[in-house]
Amino acid sequence: MAHDGDHSHGHDHPHDNDLDPMAARVRALETILTEKGLIDPAAVDAIVETYAHKVGPQNGARVVARAWSDPAFAEWLRKDATAAIASLGYTGRQGEHMQAVFNTAETHNLVVCTLCSCYPWSVLGLPPVWYKSPPYRSRAVIEPRSVLAEFGLTLPAEKKIRVWDSTAELRYLVVPERPERTQGWNEERLAGLVTRDSMIGTGLALKAEAA
Amino acid sequence: MNGAHDLGGQMGFGPVAPERDEPVFHAEWEKRALGVTLAAGGMGHWTIDESRHARESLHPAVYYSASYYEIWIRALENLLERRGFVTADERAAGKALGSGTNPKRVLAADEVAATLARGGPCDREVPTPARFKAGDRVRAKNNHPQGHTRLPRYARGHVGTVEAVRGGFVLPDSNAHGQGESPEWLYTVVFSAAELWGESADPALTVSVDAWESYLEPA
Repeated sequence: MAHDGDHSHGHDHPHDNDLDPMAARVRALETILTEKGLIDPAAVDAIVETYAHKVGPQNGARVVARAWSDPAFAEWLRKDATAAIASLGYTGRQGEHMQAVFNTAETHNLVVCTLCSCYPWSVLGLPPVWYKSPPYRSRAVIEPRSVLAEFGLTLPAEKKIRVWDSTAELRYLVVPERPERTQGWNEERLAGLVTRDSMIGTGLALKAEAA
Repeated sequence: MNGAHDLGGQMGFGPVAPERDEPVFHAEWEKRALGVTLAAGGMGHWTIDESRHARESLHPAVYYSASYYEIWIRALENLLERRGFVTADERAAGKALGSGTNPKRVLAADEVAATLARGGPCDREVPTPARFKAGDRVRAKNNHPQGHTRLPRYARGHVGTVEAVRGGFVLPDSNAHGQGESPEWLYTVVFSAAELWGESADPALTVSVDAWESYLEPA
């Protein structure tokens, strides 16, 4: 669908006064760019379709489940995450250079981009609103423990927290710890325990009982 | 630049508001904003660094009151105007009023999948050896450039440890301003929370940034 579908009454009115200001603003820009042949609205549709339905945290969950299941893959992921992740078919924009960071019993990893909203699109899809918001970006580097508490994750005071500020083109994927009582689970079942937040570090993997 | 975007350690924005089962997009226009921004970027007239600089150059009052995709659209409008593609008059009219600049290329629908899957890798060869190695103590320079930079203010002037040499990468500071890719070595530098935030900081917290070589000096 090329447009919002809220314009069904069949006449043109260039100022789009029936739209909210941002809808009108974006509509105007898309219209001008299309009229001038600078963009193809079908390409816009294809981009939206990609990130609405094809690329999302299910990709990252498969990477984590593979790492939990296969020590050789985990080692590859640790040493060359870009290649290891590409081997599963996940490449591309905002995932050109990947680094996997592994949670341990001692250390919890948390990812933020204080300068904008850098995020591993190729394995997690588009970032949630809170990830891009000033509260998260401002506080994650100075008081991550209280930020995590707002996600319902209270870590013991002795647990080390390592915050990765994504200031370059490296995109980080947190590999959460494998939940207990999942011995013998296949990758698909394990992937069901891997939440998006656990791959940012604002959550943990689900417990086995949750699957 | 010391813009509104440089948020690390700022205070007063309130709690994070995680949303249960949040949708990828919160309005139809957000979908179009994403798609139009990426499609227009596909013309090849600006780099990701210039587009980031266009976003961080918005007035702070606008930056803080706009949703993220509004920031994108306002920055895109500025980029398109700067390059002669779309004028302010056209945006006010909601239609094309003239011809404008010819694009280098136009992203076609059947190219989208491959283009997105390819992305824009920005690792580059650096002809000179890396100045620092893992374990070196370094100080992030206390610089306040007018233009684009990717060294957050909270790290400037502070001493950390090089954890990894990541390879050569395009330097955003020059690339954002049409001054070339000027690739440099990139390092992951780890700081203790006490170094960044003082004595009352969380003793179990460390923070790392990825810093280009020219951001750093030996400590």
